[in-house]
Amino acid sequence: MMADMARASGASVVIVGGGVTGLSTGWWLARAGVDVLVLEKGIVGWEASGRNGGGATHVYSPFGLEEQRLWPQMDELLGYPTEYQPHRIGIALSETQLALARRWAEIGGTRGFRWELLDRRQLKELVPIVGDNAIGGTYLHFGGHANPQRTVQAYAWGLQDNGGRIQQHATVTGLTQRGGRVTAVQTTRGTFGADTVVIAAGPQTGAFADMLGICLPLAPARVEMIATEPIPLMRVGGVAGNGLYGRQTLRGNLVYGGGPHEWINVPDMATPEHANTPLVRNLARRLAELLPGAAHVRLIRAWSGLVENTPDGLPVVERLARPDNVVIATMSSVGFGLSPAVGRAVSELVRFGRCQFADLGALALGRFADTPRDWREHAGWAAAPSAVEAAAGGDD
Amino acid sequence: MRETDPRSIAGKLTPPDRRVPLVVVGAGAAGVAAAIEAARAGVEVVLIDEHPVDNDMMAMDVPLCFGQRMDGSVRNRALMLERVVETNPDLAAAHEAGVDVQLGTYVWGAFVNGPTVQELPCSMLGLADDRRSWLLGYDRLIVAAGARDVLLGFPGWERAGTLGAGGAAALLARYRALAARRVVVLGSGALGLHTASVALERGIEVAGIVEVDARVRGDAARAKTLTDRGVPVFLSHTLQSARGRTGEIESVVLVAVNRDGTPIAGSEREIACDAVCWAIGLVPNVELLHLVGARLRFVSQLGGWVPEVTARMRTSVPTVFAAGDCTGFHEGMLAAPDVARAEGRSAGRAAAESLGAARGREDETRRRVSAPPTADETHRYWRAWLDSLIAAGGWEVNVCQCEEVTRRELVETKPPRYLGWQSPQMSARSVTTLLRDGPLNQDQIKRLTRAGMGPCQSRRCREQVGLLLARAANTTLDRIPLPTFRPPIRPLPLNVLWPADEPAAMREEWVSWFGIPTQFSPHWTAGMAIDEPTAHARLIVSE
Repeated sequence: MMADMARASGASVVIVGGGVTGLSTGWWLARAGVDVLVLEKGIVGWEASGRNGGGATHVYSPFGLEEQRLWPQMDELLGYPTEYQPHRIGIALSETQLALARRWAEIGGTRGFRWELLDRRQLKELVPIVGDNAIGGTYLHFGGHANPQRTVQAYAWGLQDNGGRIQQHATVTGLTQRGGRVTAVQTTRGTFGADTVVIAAGPQTGAFADMLGICLPLAPARVEMIATEPIPLMRVGGVAGNGLYGRQTLRGNLVYGGGPHEWINVPDMATPEHANTPLVRNLARRLAELLPGAAHVRLIRAWSGLVENTPDGLPVVERLARPDNVVIATMSSVGFGLSPAVGRAVSELVRFGRCQFADLGALALGRFADTPRDWREHAGWAAAPSAVEAAAGGDD
Repeated sequence: MRETDPRSIAGKLTPPDRRVPLVVVGAGAAGVAAAIEAARAGVEVVLIDEHPVDNDMMAMDVPLCFGQRMDGSVRNRALMLERVVETNPDLAAAHEAGVDVQLGTYVWGAFVNGPTVQELPCSMLGLADDRRSWLLGYDRLIVAAGARDVLLGFPGWERAGTLGAGGAAALLARYRALAARRVVVLGSGALGLHTASVALERGIEVAGIVEVDARVRGDAARAKTLTDRGVPVFLSHTLQSARGRTGEIESVVLVAVNRDGTPIAGSEREIACDAVCWAIGLVPNVELLHLVGARLRFVSQLGGWVPEVTARMRTSVPTVFAAGDCTGFHEGMLAAPDVARAEGRSAGRAAAESLGAARGREDETRRRVSAPPTADETHRYWRAWLDSLIAAGGWEVNVCQCEEVTRRELVETKPPRYLGWQSPQMSARSVTTLLRDGPLNQDQIKRLTRAGMGPCQSRRCREQVGLLLARAANTTLDRIPLPTFRPPIRPLPLNVLWPADEPAAMREEWVSWFGIPTQFSPHWTAGMAIDEPTAHARLIVSE
């Protein structure tokens, strides 16, 4: 009993944030026998980590090759299903869209991945519900997609199976610094001592950097998604285009997002409702244009998620120089697909001080040294001035 | 001047075509009373009701559990509209009072500014009929959305013929389109007795009233009039299964139970029927109230989650009011429709006053009918039913029909069958192991098992999933957080929901992600950028 309590007060590595980056990191560390504790303010994977399109096709990234190598093995490595499915089809409704789809494919091509161009007839054979408005597309023999909700839970469970711990409903309120190091993490559920701290707190990562006197420019935003009732399974579920990202799930639902985002401010550490706007109608229209054979299908859910972006839209993944036992990881709104590789990279930053399989130089925080404090206003990324309607008169 | 990101939503959410001072959702007793009251105070009012609901929606048990027992006449929209008007004389009064009454209109969403949404030009509702959707702006909203059915599963409940009291009442009294001849009613409270009486009045045979409790829960005199008419009442009984040679219910098997709900061997009896109607309670429809951010609280005697309202029916959102069954339902209210009307009038008057109309009138005191003092907590009663159904029917019974998730699969947090997944790690996981991580959350378990993720939008399983989780966690339903409601709160086709036209900026500046040129740039080529092209721009590849 005493031993349990002592152990519960801290861990060799404490990870702030039970999203996909923090959980994958924790899983990799636990697999390596490291004593790890993940602190999560709500439930694991509850924010953008569990609410995204599930795409796993990011070969442009420094983590891209490792992403492609790891995904086909993840079910087996984790011991739980991720619903990973290989390959992607890009549908183009215009020459411009085709040029973009080709560009994506070519980037893969330069990394040694195979792809081919599809004409309308080939496209219709693969995806019977495309319409005559499609002019062609691409077939990527690489990339893929998975179920974000199932995957985040798989990381969490896999972490526990390897001896790691997760403390849910614990909001981090402060970082204790001593002798140029962070020695403990304070939460609403007690203080947890740590040899090393990983901060992977999504939109809140910037606030924690602030506590360490470090400026990490991050702009949070809200993005929306829709899901239809199930339809018969297509040969390849990874079908997207027309300004939409997403997939057909293994159950058959069409799950897609895209379109305009809303720049917001995230109040403190709060977890706001995942509110939608009438944009769901525009998403419905885009999806029906993409797949006219499914225009009659019913929309049964919509939701939104909060993501954060750095000024150049690229991640910051870095072990800080001071305090030197802290790793910061924000994926700048593109985290789910890359998570197997990023978790491994962060676990290596924790254990060895450097990533052994990729050069993360381009993702260092130093690139924002000259970013002005009011960069969001300059970029047009500031939240709208509060427009909350004034309370109606009369008090009862 | 503030710079604007052209790919952001700023300026793209255009005002709705129409914005009115007051919208009332639901044309039941409370909603009509609210609309008339506000209209008489000089307020422009739109009153919306989804009835008559179209056949395809009814076939999905939306918004009530119709159990596939609609006859062919529900396809005749004109006839159904006629019947809806005819059976609700208040509608004519509303029309006369100048209320803009819109029937056959679904409310599928409510959109308001809040912590993460600041760009809406006004608060608005998403509306639709069976052909198109549109938005309606409002200054004040009165939600009088009524209550929905509670169903619990038993072997064979997927067969056509499993109804809820609300669905049965709609088909019997409003649509006059119930395709059933012999019904078994589950529940002997006021709702069960009322359902049985209405069925008899409409010439439908009542093959029995089944009650897990050892006593008739409703009014004894009322029960006697039913037994006098030959309706058998089976106390201390539960349902073991529903049978049928095809997809239809042709009979049910009842079994007597002990005090603890366990079945008594040898007491089974088969009763011929073509419908089984759950009438053990109703659940307030709080979806819209949830979407507008009104604070809800759990009150078991009122059917579960209900809005916090003031004496004048104002919710925690100052522009939103609620009245009638959606603010809480208990069986005592069945006999007192005047309560809902009084609530509606209060809400209508308070909304009108908040708009600057009808000041100075005395308000009637809100008088709720208190629940009968002998009544158990609603959820304890539902739990007794559930325990008896499990004891009689076992764990291999679907809790979620849409996604085909059994009770066992739910509490063992099994991945869906279509994944065909098995691993020692997965087998070791269950609701019990999840409990070590913190209190159970229905939304989390929904994601893992898919229970509640189907086209009926969890109307048939929400309560029983919650009750099963509470049972597994050895707790009560109020300890399980409210599972969220997501828009659209009616399952509507893409080509109904889509907008006929869009602002030019919406189409022209649409990008799949943020449109940050460097976001997807190949890392090995320093400075290379891909700018996702919009309708105007060409693909830009810069080096």
